[in-house]
Amino acid sequence: MSLTPEQVRQVAHLARLKLADDEMERMRLQLSSILDHIELLQAVDVTDVPITAQVTDLTNVTRVDAVTSSLPVDAALANAPDRQGDYFRVKAVFEE
Amino acid sequence: MALHELTIAEARAQLDRGEITSVQLTEALLERISALEPTLHSYLTQTPELALQQAQAADERIKAGNASSLTGIPLGIKDVIVTKDVRTTCGSKVLENWVPPYDATVVSKLNEAGTVTLGKLNMDEFAMGSSNENSAFGGTRNPWDTERVPGGSSGGSAAAVAAGQAFGTLGTDTGGSIRQPAALCGIVGLKPTYGRVSRYGLVAFASSLDQCGPFARTVEDVALLLETIAGHDPKDSTSANLPVPDYRASLTGDIRGLKVGVPSEYFVEGMEPGVEKAVRTAIEQIKDLGAEIVEVSLPHTKYALPVYYIIAPAECSTNLARFDGVRYGVRLEGKGLFDEIESTRGQLFGAEVRRRIMLGTYALSSGYYDAYYRRAQQVRTLIRRDFQEVWSKVDLLAAPTSPTVAFKIGEKTDDPVAMYLSDVCTLPINLAGVPGLVVPCGFSDNLPTGLQLIGKPFDEATLLRVGHAYEQNNTWYKQHPSL
Repeated sequence: MSLTPEQVRQVAHLARLKLADDEMERMRLQLSSILDHIELLQAVDVTDVPITAQVTDLTNVTRVDAVTSSLPVDAALANAPDRQGDYFRVKAVFEE
Repeated sequence: MALHELTIAEARAQLDRGEITSVQLTEALLERISALEPTLHSYLTQTPELALQQAQAADERIKAGNASSLTGIPLGIKDVIVTKDVRTTCGSKVLENWVPPYDATVVSKLNEAGTVTLGKLNMDEFAMGSSNENSAFGGTRNPWDTERVPGGSSGGSAAAVAAGQAFGTLGTDTGGSIRQPAALCGIVGLKPTYGRVSRYGLVAFASSLDQCGPFARTVEDVALLLETIAGHDPKDSTSANLPVPDYRASLTGDIRGLKVGVPSEYFVEGMEPGVEKAVRTAIEQIKDLGAEIVEVSLPHTKYALPVYYIIAPAECSTNLARFDGVRYGVRLEGKGLFDEIESTRGQLFGAEVRRRIMLGTYALSSGYYDAYYRRAQQVRTLIRRDFQEVWSKVDLLAAPTSPTVAFKIGEKTDDPVAMYLSDVCTLPINLAGVPGLVVPCGFSDNLPTGLQLIGKPFDEATLLRVGHAYEQNNTWYKQHPSL
């Protein structure tokens, strides 16, 4: 299974990873080689086999709907790379 | 005997009799850490001041007669486990300066028990790797041969225990990250059943597979640690609401009548003959101790590796989306918001983490989801059924842990698939969610090997019972690397 450079660029964009051109090519070869091993799964008969998303067999775990204490604002913001008052500060989301 | 060579149970007895103090133990280990760190690099952050404060408090508690089984015992914590006010990096540049505002539940439980925290242990970045070479701050070396890797991802946790830099440690295991390094460093390591131990405060890698567990030099010590960290946690909705047994009570030494299955598929092609011999000899001994050995088959074992390398990267690609340099961690400057996010992630994540995020993003992307992710989840069901069926025939399984002994640093770094094969005997256990215990089973070419015992869900007690009986019938646990 061989990925195209265009596919690798598209996946890097979806994953929000800026990769240098030489790494794009290295990534393309390594991902293709890993996908070759994964091809083994195409041979398994999975007709009518349900999926396993988790193994606990628990469903709809809820807590009592009551107010409890949570992280204070200053503690939550203490590691912020940039802040303004009680907010995380980032560059403009909508660019011109 | 030097203080750092004591087991937790031995140290406990001496503390309770007033023969030593926790401060003495802690000072001895801090010295040991200082002496060995230039060689081993097991720790990413050392916390000597905190440790001595906790040791003093522990000594008062012991004097007052309120000691728990772990009060005053110096331990280390893998750096993927969140510690309030103590830097937690996950072995990544992205979190180089992150100081968490809260404790993981397992850390709160250790604090309540009155343990001493020596520091945070080295690991493969975000727990992705089998050699510790993916640590952004330089890998850990194997105490038995410093030219070799300690295994991974909890390599620092395993090396520290083997080298006497901690009496016990916590690690995490998503595909073998406790068991493989335990085997490669010649110590005991346990991956509990999924849900046995709270995941609250473990920085998530693959949420349906991650589990926290202990390392120590004996099975009894691991039982003490498990008892302390296990149990239901309202902060982790996947933790099991089941009582925690008295695990030490199961260490009877009597394993007569137990049925031990040996899955033929785990003796994989390419396994080193010395490793296979050590494991088969251990299984013979378990038979001599009165257990019945039964050959069994887990026919979907060969699919575990490809299933894992879809599911784990898929979950990691979503979990690691939170590292965008907005709320915590390092942010690199860029031309705009998205440029900053892409630069931060592209430059600060290491090569293996980038590779897995890419693989997972691809497997989840539109048009490929059914062929990869959905199919992998279906085959996961078949792997799980293999285990469910085998429990009608046997009480537990015995198998190898890693197909090889510790390999040389740099030997597998250029070939991701060769590195992934290191976990071929441990991955299926995470996919099925069952517990796995590794106990040392001798040496091959002077390097440690480990026997893997695999159990029914929430039956850690039987694994500890068999592991303990085997261990006490041998002297591997009394051997220490010469450093």
